[in-house]
Amino acid sequence: MPVTNVTPDLDQLTLTIDAEFAAPVERIWQVYADPRQLEKVWGPPGYPATVVDHDFTAGGRVTYFMTGPEGEKFAGYWDITGVDEPNGFTFDDGFADADFNPNPDLPVSKNGFTFTAGGAGTKARYVSTYASAEALQQVLDMGVVEGSTAAINQIDDLVA
Amino acid sequence: MTEDEDRADAWFHALADRTRRDILRRVLAGEHSVSALAARYDMSFAAVQKHVAVLERAGLITKRRQGREALASGDVAAVRSVGAMLSDLESLWRGRISRIDELITTDTEPTEKPEPKER
Repeated sequence: MPVTNVTPDLDQLTLTIDAEFAAPVERIWQVYADPRQLEKVWGPPGYPATVVDHDFTAGGRVTYFMTGPEGEKFAGYWDITGVDEPNGFTFDDGFADADFNPNPDLPVSKNGFTFTAGGAGTKARYVSTYASAEALQQVLDMGVVEGSTAAINQIDDLVA
Repeated sequence: MTEDEDRADAWFHALADRTRRDILRRVLAGEHSVSALAARYDMSFAAVQKHVAVLERAGLITKRRQGREALASGDVAAVRSVGAMLSDLESLWRGRISRIDELITTDTEPTEKPEPKER
């Protein structure tokens, strides 16, 4: 069970996820530094991600789109704000149009990922911050479909 | 306490049906008229109306009238609390983390490695 702790902060609209991976820090770093690996883990089931640009440096931009079950495309970008290889990086995560122009009407979340040696190999901490409850809802309504369905699907198991 | 338990009973009763769960997912994503909801299911309009009524009684969705249409949406207070939204997001993150786990596990099993298969 790789997720060790989940801390939602309802006032700050921050979600902090702690996880442990049975691999060294450099290996976990590689998942993000290699676009072909990143696209294997980023999109939810049924929404595979394709990473297009991958300028993984401070000030650089990563662009990607997720393809839905009916072929619909959800484009997004990361503006990398800080990189500390292999210990972590920070970025702003936003939505974009089909040409990867950032969509200013949709919310941008601030994210910080840190990787430290420990536990089973690497302790990872993922912190995502949203500007408002509306922003959070918009994000969930967008490509993050798995979020709400997976939560409701747990009820299926409960009542089965 | 009893009130909470009654409410939980109503929730689980309402959610024990796959059509109703599907309806709830759809109205959480946005407001839908009952006829738009019904178009997707292989059952009568009246049957879909009944499912919507069960969800409404359980407090999971609200309905409002607009002209001849009844518009259903997920109940904001009951279902869309910020807490619930964060736990929705949590499941996305759990998915990502388990996929990283799978990815790094394949490293240690050379037979699973996607080595060039062409010969």
